[in-house]
Amino acid sequence: MSVPRLLNRAAFILAPVALSLIITAVLIAALGNDPLEVFDMTWTGAFRDSARVAAVLNLWIPLTLCAIGLIVTFTAGLWNIGVEGQMMAGALTASWGAQFLSLPQPVLIPVCVGLGALGGLSWAALAGLLKTRFAVNEIFGGVALNAIANTVAIYFISGPWQPPEGGSAQSTPPFPPDSWLPVASAEFPVSVFMLALVISLTVLVIASLNGTRFGLELKATGKNAKSARLLGVPVTRTALLALIVCGALAGMAGSHRVLHTYHALRPLVSGGIGFYALLIALLAGFRALPIPVLTFILAAILAGSTRVNTLLGVDPSLVGVLQGLIVLLILIGAGVRQRWFPAKGGAA
Amino acid sequence: MSETLINILASIVATATPLVIAGIGETITERAGVVNLSVNGSLVLAAMAGFAAAQATGSVVVGLAAAAIIGMLIALVLAFTAIQLKQDQVAVGFVLTLLCADLARFLGKPFVNIPGPRLETLPIPLLSDLPVIGQVLFTHDLSVYFSFALVLATWWLLFRTRAGLTLRAIGERPETAYARGVNVNVQRFAYTMIGGALVGLAGAAYSLRIKAGWSANPPMDGDGWIALAIVIFAGWHPFRVVLGAYLLAALRAIASEIQRSPDVNFPVVLLNTLPWLLMIGTLMLVSAGWIERVLRVLPERIQRPARAILRSNPPGALGTPFEPQR
Repeated sequence: MSVPRLLNRAAFILAPVALSLIITAVLIAALGNDPLEVFDMTWTGAFRDSARVAAVLNLWIPLTLCAIGLIVTFTAGLWNIGVEGQMMAGALTASWGAQFLSLPQPVLIPVCVGLGALGGLSWAALAGLLKTRFAVNEIFGGVALNAIANTVAIYFISGPWQPPEGGSAQSTPPFPPDSWLPVASAEFPVSVFMLALVISLTVLVIASLNGTRFGLELKATGKNAKSARLLGVPVTRTALLALIVCGALAGMAGSHRVLHTYHALRPLVSGGIGFYALLIALLAGFRALPIPVLTFILAAILAGSTRVNTLLGVDPSLVGVLQGLIVLLILIGAGVRQRWFPAKGGAA
Repeated sequence: MSETLINILASIVATATPLVIAGIGETITERAGVVNLSVNGSLVLAAMAGFAAAQATGSVVVGLAAAAIIGMLIALVLAFTAIQLKQDQVAVGFVLTLLCADLARFLGKPFVNIPGPRLETLPIPLLSDLPVIGQVLFTHDLSVYFSFALVLATWWLLFRTRAGLTLRAIGERPETAYARGVNVNVQRFAYTMIGGALVGLAGAAYSLRIKAGWSANPPMDGDGWIALAIVIFAGWHPFRVVLGAYLLAALRAIASEIQRSPDVNFPVVLLNTLPWLLMIGTLMLVSAGWIERVLRVLPERIQRPARAILRSNPPGALGTPFEPQR
């Protein structure tokens, strides 16, 4: 790529980001806070000491799992909006394991995470069956299954999983400590097991997207399902498989939320991470390589915003506003570039 | 007829109204060939803006106007990005739906749980005195009467006017319409914005009447998706949008009646899954060719009219950008 083309491309990414930051700053000021103070506090909130860096990583783990999974479904041409519900389903099954299985800790942890994967996988398979067998668009199936998963979680929290002496509708009682993910140290509370799992799964997904038959079939299905079918690609099976892979990854993300972040099951335990991951996948242009970096940046902003929320009372929905603005303006920027500033020479 | 039943029927009509208005708005947009997936976020942001404007000025009219303008502006962003810049409609709509919902939560914070003006009940003289029907249909607020008029007007526009013929043409066969001298993309812009304004009004119908006020967990969040599903269930026909919205409101009314009765032996939380199960069920029904299978067993003579009523084919060019051939 030549230097002017590279500059052209960079400008249409940097300008939307800068514009989004400016709009966000205006919104903060409109509600009577100092934008610079908010940005500064977000930064220190994310990186000031090891405990805060740990908080960033603890958001990076589920975000990356979901986003990498979504790259698989997007490659197959599917809008897996159900990723949020698949996280919830994984959180539910992992919570069941944490509360009712009595196994030695080294066995219990992988079993619970595996149960989470199984939960997410089944929930995704349901969306996949609705799509492939009953022609229900995966967007609508996903939205409905998200809402159903949330309601089922609330049912378990306020019903069967309440302690006999009565508990809160906001959370189950804490799980037995044996089911908590072991952490590196008290100053750096991050699960090395999950970290290793995320990194290896990310590498595995990137490698299989680019170097295996499955990856090729995914791309063929996503680009043009009709021709792919004519060429003998099992389109239905590939789409189903893509959803199942994404569901399993999202389920593990859900298990991380209950086995580590809260040590309990709460309503909306996913914290919108599935939706953030969807926007990240859009931002990455459906490519897997930029995902780990983008999720890290977002995790830092999310972790920092918690501090801004507690200290200044700025609502954490601001992060969603900023991220939504960036994605929207980058989409608009891409359109403007294609229409009015096409790269000279080469394919536009 | 018992007083309770009449009240329940009246409340079904009232609670279905925003879904009717939003569903009709999206029907108009999709008939023109554009998918506006931002409905849920638009509904939430317009509800917040409508309440905030009404609260600040003390006037519900200002609130309604603010909500309609917000809905129209969101649709304008979608139309510009999707029609003019030819970016993926699904992607733009989805980003907008998330962005607007978060924007509403962020900007609406000062308005959480404070009292404000709401749409008054205005019984229609004479009509509201009719037995049963008067109470069920004609003892409501302006938004309900507006929805009645809107449904009839939309049906008239779509199927009885020349403008409606053109509107359907740009959604079915934009090339043909273009060859006949129609400026496809300008009309698509206009109908997308009209649809957006209606979605905005639907948002205000929540925050100024049915769920008056604003809260940290907006109660209309999710209904935008239901409205989108109703449009598909309705086969892009205004009368069936009404049917879908009323069916859903009826189901909710039944669920809340069950929740209220003291001797129910069922975890009531799970009743909240009913609308979503209904959504999946009806989409299965209309999408998977089940209707066709049922039709085929019917006697020959009923088949054709029944198919005409029940058919559910999306507009031919739905979701695809149009580039005039030069």
